[in-house]
Amino acid sequence: MNALYDFSYLTGSIHEWLSERVSPHAVTIVEMILVGISFMLLFAILGIVLVYAERKVSAFFQQRLGPMRVGKWGTAQTIADVIKLLLKEPLMNKEADKFLFNLAPFVIMIAAFMAIAALPFAKGLQALDFDIGILYVAAVSSLGVIGILLAGWSSNNKYSLIGAMRSGAQILSYELSVALSLLTIVVLTGSLQLSVIVESQADGWWIFKGHIPAFIAFIIFLIASTAETNRGPFDIAEAESELTAGFHTEYSGLKFAFFFLAEFANMFIVSAIGATVFLGGWMPLHIGSWEGFNAVMDFIPPIFWFFGKVSFLIFMMMWFRWTFPRLRIDQLLTLEWKYLLPINLVNIVVMAFLGLMGWHF
Amino acid sequence: MEEIITKELESQEYFINMGPQHPSTHGVLRLVLSLDGEIIRNVEPHIGYIHRSIEKMCEHDSYQQIVHLTDRMDYLSCHINNEAVCLAVEMGLQLEVPERVKVIRTIIGELTRLSSHQLWWGVMGMDLGAITTFLYGFRDREMITDIFEETCGARLTMNYNVPGGLMFDIHPNFQKRTKDFIAHFKKKLPEYDDLLSNNVIFRNRTIGIGKLSKEDAISYGVTGPSARASGFSCDVRKHYPYSAYDKVQFKEVLRSEGDCYARYECRIDEMWESLSIIEQLIDNIPEGPFKTPTKAVIKLPKGEWYQKVETARGEFGVYIISEGQKNPYRVKFRSPGFSNLSALNHMAKDSKIADLVAIMSTLDLVIPDIDR
Repeated sequence: MNALYDFSYLTGSIHEWLSERVSPHAVTIVEMILVGISFMLLFAILGIVLVYAERKVSAFFQQRLGPMRVGKWGTAQTIADVIKLLLKEPLMNKEADKFLFNLAPFVIMIAAFMAIAALPFAKGLQALDFDIGILYVAAVSSLGVIGILLAGWSSNNKYSLIGAMRSGAQILSYELSVALSLLTIVVLTGSLQLSVIVESQADGWWIFKGHIPAFIAFIIFLIASTAETNRGPFDIAEAESELTAGFHTEYSGLKFAFFFLAEFANMFIVSAIGATVFLGGWMPLHIGSWEGFNAVMDFIPPIFWFFGKVSFLIFMMMWFRWTFPRLRIDQLLTLEWKYLLPINLVNIVVMAFLGLMGWHF
Repeated sequence: MEEIITKELESQEYFINMGPQHPSTHGVLRLVLSLDGEIIRNVEPHIGYIHRSIEKMCEHDSYQQIVHLTDRMDYLSCHINNEAVCLAVEMGLQLEVPERVKVIRTIIGELTRLSSHQLWWGVMGMDLGAITTFLYGFRDREMITDIFEETCGARLTMNYNVPGGLMFDIHPNFQKRTKDFIAHFKKKLPEYDDLLSNNVIFRNRTIGIGKLSKEDAISYGVTGPSARASGFSCDVRKHYPYSAYDKVQFKEVLRSEGDCYARYECRIDEMWESLSIIEQLIDNIPEGPFKTPTKAVIKLPKGEWYQKVETARGEFGVYIISEGQKNPYRVKFRSPGFSNLSALNHMAKDSKIADLVAIMSTLDLVIPDIDR
């Protein structure tokens, strides 16, 4: 079988090859290192690709060309930017809390790394397959807020502090909606395990199978996950025109780059979760009994399906950011607590009823 | 000691410096905010970071030279500022300028107002977090600056007016390009509504925010679209017509709500009015000279003159006192930005930081105009 269609073949052969040569403990250690390196590589590639994509997408929304000078079509622009950020002097406020100030970017990065470990990229390509996958991802992705609060507090800058406090209120509120909208689908799958959720969509994605409640849950997930990643129109933690740069006002050089990278990584993570739960993860698009159509869709390798769906969701988030004005902090919290959360709760009850009666496809 | 500690803990207010370098003060304006959490208790503007003593400089310059100094005040309505000085000097000389000059001054003045409002619209969106509007505003403004460039060689600080008329005649392409622009912009202006005016987030951010009653507007001396949004009829073009404004039909845009959205709507509607004024005049530019000749050294007779015009931000006044010399004895400028800024504290009190940005944006402040 082709390695592109089932990665368990590839990972299995690596495992066998290692097992023949070293002791079982060493195998585990080597495999952990390999997985760690691949995630770091994935992070680096994600950073470069997404920054470039954001610049180009925003440019096309704004009727400009975006970066064009470095490399063909400006493709090397991000690499040049990374080099610039590496060479920059890491400035620090004299009155800043040095330990927390240096710790904050790492907390955010670690949270992003932990979340990305549980994502099913393709068949057999998943580092951690917990039976509580969704719970785990929702839990660790909200750890990032600790980093933001630390950054705002330790910077000894009032703008940073306001930004961090805003961000704390925002992420904690929207975390509820993200988790509840995911639970709406869990009602149907009956499992929190991400691989099981993907497998359950072999004959159709939940957004199509789950009737209107699934669609409502998807919309809520889209709104709440945009807010959870601190992106426009919910970027009140940065709020350039109000707080200059919010919680990372005082950061420069590599530490700033960490915040920047974490934002894009988080965007990728929430899009990946959305794609996994609502849009079938790496499952190809299947329509009922159209055998020919399904066969053609199966021909496209699962990893392309996964990244295609994720790119679609990321593009949606970029589209929001470059179109809408920013909400005010009280409007943001009103939207969550007075609209999204009640709708979500009712939606779950409706979904549970549908599931109980077996009315979903 | 204990008393001090408890007092410190009870007192929740803290101060924050917004500016002189801040993305949404649009220049070197410094606002000292007293905040209670996110809520603003007091706004204290500190001005003077770009003071160039233009009024004092005027006392050493000839009347032709004064004109170009006014470019550097409200640089977005430079042509209208220039016009005010020229009208004041012409009033002093009792000089009758040709009809052609009046019409051209009016057309270019309205184009200036349009370009200023376009830039304001873009910046307004950017202040509220929609960065894309900024580039859309600039896209359309580019056509106007191109027209200016062809007409007088400058794009921003034009200095096209001189006492007695204009520096040169209009370019042969002027009428065609202006008509092209009108046709283009009439299609684009509804796009502005689609992007911001009808956006639910934008409406929530602006409706009911930064209320200014008609009485307060009058007592703070607020003028221009910011005051007309509160129902204060103060359009100089309508009440004290100058140049060709008595020959054209246009509505004075009035709103009664006095909030940010009313100020926003006022400016959008003013753009439609400006387009209609230009349309009425562009085909009817009379033939004739572009300047009434004046002496190389203009000496105003002994006396005092005041001329006010309507810039994109409000009422701009020039007060000249002459002792009969080639330099004025004293020149006083009444700039709209200064009085509009004075109402900021009243409007922004007890609102959120995000509201302050919206309020400042709808006041459309230009800092060199405030400091002079």
